[in-house]
Amino acid sequence: MTRTTYREAVRQALLDAMEADPAVILIGEEVGLYGGAYGVTKGLIDRFGPDRVIDAPISEPAIVGAAVGAAMTGLRPVAELMYVDFAGLAMDQLANQAAKSRFMFGGQIGVPMVLRTQGGTGRSAAAQHSQSLEAWVLHVPGLRLAMPATVNDAYHLLRQALAQPDPVVVIEHKGLYAEKGTLDVDAPDAPWGCPAVRRAGRDLTIVAYSRMVHEALAAAERLAQAGVEAEVIDLRCLNPMDERPLVDSLRRTGRAMVVTEAAVTGSVASEIAAMLSERCFDWLEEPVLRLGGEDIPIPVAPALERASIPSAALIHDAGLWLVTRRVPGWAA
Amino acid sequence: MTAAPNTAPLDRYRTMRRIRSFEERVGELFLKGESAGSMLHLSIGEEAVVGMTDAMRPGDTFTTHHRGHGIFIGRGGDPARMMAEIAGKADGYCGGKGGSMHIADRALGHLGANAIVGGGIPHVVGAGIAARNARSGALSVAFFGDGAMGQGILYEAMNMAALWRLPVIFCCINNQYGMGTRVDRSAGLPDFPGRARGFGLMAARADGAEVEAVHEAARDLAAAAREGRPGFLEIDAYRFHGHARMDKSPYRSPEEEAEGRRRDPLARARARLASAGMATPGDLDAIDAAAAAEMDAALAHAVAAEAPPLSAMFADVYAPGTPAPRPQAARLAAILSEGARA
Repeated sequence: MTRTTYREAVRQALLDAMEADPAVILIGEEVGLYGGAYGVTKGLIDRFGPDRVIDAPISEPAIVGAAVGAAMTGLRPVAELMYVDFAGLAMDQLANQAAKSRFMFGGQIGVPMVLRTQGGTGRSAAAQHSQSLEAWVLHVPGLRLAMPATVNDAYHLLRQALAQPDPVVVIEHKGLYAEKGTLDVDAPDAPWGCPAVRRAGRDLTIVAYSRMVHEALAAAERLAQAGVEAEVIDLRCLNPMDERPLVDSLRRTGRAMVVTEAAVTGSVASEIAAMLSERCFDWLEEPVLRLGGEDIPIPVAPALERASIPSAALIHDAGLWLVTRRVPGWAA
Repeated sequence: MTAAPNTAPLDRYRTMRRIRSFEERVGELFLKGESAGSMLHLSIGEEAVVGMTDAMRPGDTFTTHHRGHGIFIGRGGDPARMMAEIAGKADGYCGGKGGSMHIADRALGHLGANAIVGGGIPHVVGAGIAARNARSGALSVAFFGDGAMGQGILYEAMNMAALWRLPVIFCCINNQYGMGTRVDRSAGLPDFPGRARGFGLMAARADGAEVEAVHEAARDLAAAAREGRPGFLEIDAYRFHGHARMDKSPYRSPEEEAEGRRRDPLARARARLASAGMATPGDLDAIDAAAAAEMDAALAHAVAAEAPPLSAMFADVYAPGTPAPRPQAARLAAILSEGARA
């Protein structure tokens, strides 16, 4: 067990995977000499050389496309998309090529690649460098999707992703790279595809993922001061996702909210809220709430950026309403 | 000691004839209402691509565009399994789930036909990286049409191939039309090899009516590419028929079509083989008859073959042994049966 950062945990996962399997290569913009836009791949080119740590021109479609071809022919590429916001450029290779090859070709040709990228707000990076676009990925059959919230998951979800026979998108959070936590390279928080209960509670269920897990935990602490015990479940993987722990939790508490940083309309939170409403209808004491980002592009002004996504305070207020029906001042 | 007779040109004629016969039967399959896909793109007139496929070796890989039947036959594709796939049958190459535009065969190096224009092009860059890193000596060839010359990803891929000195060839089969748009209406300067040279690739244009000319250019480019000097080959051909089966080509004149069809690589090869004394008209007729019989059998096989079971739709979305998509009925059952409080 070591205390380290989310950034270092990702780097360690890449390093260990490359040591363990010579088929693992990295390809992306600035992954080599520069060491990654967020410093994640620092030093890897010195260790593994330019044939395995490939600095690519600014060509997102062909970076992802090259990774698809490499995966089809025996390598285990980790392509890096510097910002998830650039997915629009690469979406054909992701959604029409990587995702569909196994199926279209009758199971003959798998695409065991990982697309590493990062998203989210917190650095005043504005509208084209701050989005949470996981719903784009979740909507495409054939793509797996993981979003680590903790240091341990930053390591293990990437290692687990690299053991998958199908394309996996791993979306890190730019606001978490400097966060410290405990890494145990021998002990994942949960098996691949299983959510993790980050805080147990009997009164309500808060489902979150990525950085919102930490906001939810902060809100749960404040709720506890008011005598409300919230259960916080971290999804970790969005595909595959074992729904059972969510359903079981909600059937115990009768109250739930789903929290995302993404624009709430058409979001992952909407999908999970719909699933929970369908499967737990008879157990529900209150509607399943969705808390998400405002349906706006992300503004650059720090105060506006912060206000555009759910906060611990908002989660707290919504949680208190679910349990006590106390209407917060801003909603009255 | 006399050199062994060069039978390769005759073999190439045979392959071209098999492609033409195959495509004619695909047309029949469609007219019978037996093709699964509503979209069929025939490569009649483009058979000289055999000059390129013949410059490849076992272990090489390739991707094709949506008009790729001929290319795959050139690389050894089994017409019966191809026809079955086009008909959407279980014993087709992809179990009847891909169809004409998504035929693939990993064993023969076919990494997949693609229905997104240019979609398969960057895959050869990745295959090239794999071959380079493994020092396997394998070549990877992207086949595409002139339509893909408008796609940015081609230029990204050509740049990468040149930058990283990959064993890759970009093969543009210029049949003069992207759907209904002639090259002179889609390219500011239709000098395609010139574009490739601008990226640092070796590049050539070959007459698509002359399979041996195509082969000569392809052989040189393949040899260089295997040494880390990637290349670009334009095969200058003519698409004899419409874009897809229902397209009667109202956007081009009968005179132009007649002129284009005079550039028939089969007729040219036949004449050259006969005049060079490499085959008698009888030999060539026998080749034609054998191809026709083979493709008749492929057609009959495809019509008679079984459709895939409904359960096949949930297979191969993800790898076996990993969580599969939940069928809608199972999802609803979880709500309708256990979704009520006891």
